[in-house]
Amino acid sequence: MARFLESVNFADPYFPVLILLAIALAMAVGFVLLSQALGPKRYDRIKFGVYECGVDPLTPAAVRVSVKYYLVAILFILFDLETTFLYPWAVLFRSLGLFGFIEMAVFVGILLVGLVYAWKKGALEWQ
Amino acid sequence: MESLALSLVKSFPALSAAPMWAVSLALMVTAGVVVLVFALTFEGVGSLVLRKVAGDIQARIGPNRVGPNGILQFLADGVKLVLKEDLIPEKADRFLFKLAPYLVFVGSFAAFVVVPFGVGLSPADLNIGVYYVMAVTSLVVIGVMLAGWASNNKWALLGGMRAAAQIVSYEIPVGMALIPAVLVAGSLSLQDIVRSQGGLLGLFGWNLFHNPFTFFSFILYFTAAQAETNQTPFDLPEAESELVSGYNVEYSGIRFGLFFLAEFGDMFIVAALATACFLGGWNVPFFNAALLPPLWGNLLSLGVFLAKAFLMVLVMMWVRWTLPRLRVDQLMRMSWKYLVPLTFVNLLGVSLWLLLFRGKGIPQMIASVFG
Repeated sequence: MARFLESVNFADPYFPVLILLAIALAMAVGFVLLSQALGPKRYDRIKFGVYECGVDPLTPAAVRVSVKYYLVAILFILFDLETTFLYPWAVLFRSLGLFGFIEMAVFVGILLVGLVYAWKKGALEWQ
Repeated sequence: MESLALSLVKSFPALSAAPMWAVSLALMVTAGVVVLVFALTFEGVGSLVLRKVAGDIQARIGPNRVGPNGILQFLADGVKLVLKEDLIPEKADRFLFKLAPYLVFVGSFAAFVVVPFGVGLSPADLNIGVYYVMAVTSLVVIGVMLAGWASNNKWALLGGMRAAAQIVSYEIPVGMALIPAVLVAGSLSLQDIVRSQGGLLGLFGWNLFHNPFTFFSFILYFTAAQAETNQTPFDLPEAESELVSGYNVEYSGIRFGLFFLAEFGDMFIVAALATACFLGGWNVPFFNAALLPPLWGNLLSLGVFLAKAFLMVLVMMWVRWTLPRLRVDQLMRMSWKYLVPLTFVNLLGVSLWLLLFRGKGIPQMIASVFG
C-alpha cells in the first residue's frame, strides 16, 4: 500500500479531478442512502404505477419516436467533430498565421456547404 | 497543488514528519470539499433567489414563511426532499433509473473543477480547461436520456428525447462561441484566458470589448448557453403545461433533488464560463490584484469573480422570467438556421481581425494612439 502511494504522481493535474469526482459521487450516493434510511416505506399499487395524470396507461410506454431526433443526432456528430477540430487550431492560430486562416476558412466553408445542403433537403425543418 | 503542499511543509516544520503524498492528498480533499460545499450552497441559495426574483417580476411575494423573509426556505426544501420515500416505479428499469441522477449530478459538478475562482484559485488548472468543460457537461445528455427511457413513462420518454435533441443542438453554438476567447488567449486553460484579459485598467482588456466580433460572440454564447441549460425561453424539455415536467416526472424525493441541484450547478457553470471568457474573470477593474500581498490579492479576485458570476446568474433568471416559451420547431430553427451559421461567420470574423491587426483589440489601439 505504502509503495503504491509513493508511486502515484500527485502532481498530475488530473489527480484533483479524480478526487473531486469521487467526493461528488460519494456525496450523491450518501444523500440517497440517507433518504432510504429516513424516508417512509409504504406500498401502494397506485403509487408505484405509471404516472399518466391519473388514468391507467392503455399502451406501452415505448412509443415510436419521430425520425427527426435521429437526424439531429447525425447532424450533431458532424458539427461536434468539427468543433473538436477547431479547438487545437484556435490554440495554434497565432503561430499558423495566414496559412492557418485560409486552411480553416476552406474547412469551415466545406461544412457550411454541408449545412446548406441539409437545409435545402429539409433536414432542418421540424414538421 | 504540489507547490502549495511544499510551501505548507516549509511554513509548518511539524508537517515534514508526514509523507509528502499525505500532505498533497489532504490538500486536495480539503479543496474538493470546499468546492462541493460552495456548489451546494450556491444551488440552495440560488433556488431561493430564483423564486424571489420570480415573485418580484410577477408582482407577488415569493417564499416568505420559513425564517425571516423566507431565507431559510431552501434548507426546509432540502430536508423535505431527504425525508421523502425513495420511490422507484414498478415497471421502471431499476438499474438505469438509479444510475441517471448520479450521471447528471456528477457531470454537472465535474465542471466546477476548472473554474478559475481567483488568482491561482482553481481546484485544478487543466491545460485543456474550456474543452474539459465542454466534454464533461455533455455527460448530462446521457443521464437525461437514461432517465427518460428508464422511467417507462410516455411523458418522460418524450421529455428525455426533446432534452437530448435540444442539448446537442445548442452544444455546437456554445462550443463555437467560446473559440474567440481561446483565439485571443492562445490557450485553452481558463486561468490563461483570464490572464490574457488583464491590463488596460482591468476593464478594457476584457474580451467583451476586444473587437465587435468578440462582443457578438458573447451574446451568441449567452443565448445558446441559456438554451443548453434548459432555461425558460427554451425550457421545452420540462414544459410543465405539456409534458408535466418531462424526463424527471417519475422521480421523487432526493433522486429528483439531484437533478434539481445539477440544473442550478449548470447555471453557475454557464455564468462562470461567460465571466472567465468574456468579462475578464477575476481581473479587478481599475486595480491590479497581483500587486496586493498574496492572500489579499487572492481574496479580492475571488470576490470580484463571484460578483461577476452572480450578476450573470441574475441576468439569466431575469431572461427566464421575462420571455415566453418557444415551440419545438422554433427552437430547432433557432439553433440550426441562425445560431450555427452565425457562430461560424463570427469565428471567421474574429480570426480575420486577429490576423489583420496582429492580435490587437480596439481598446489597445486607442491606448497606443494616446501613448
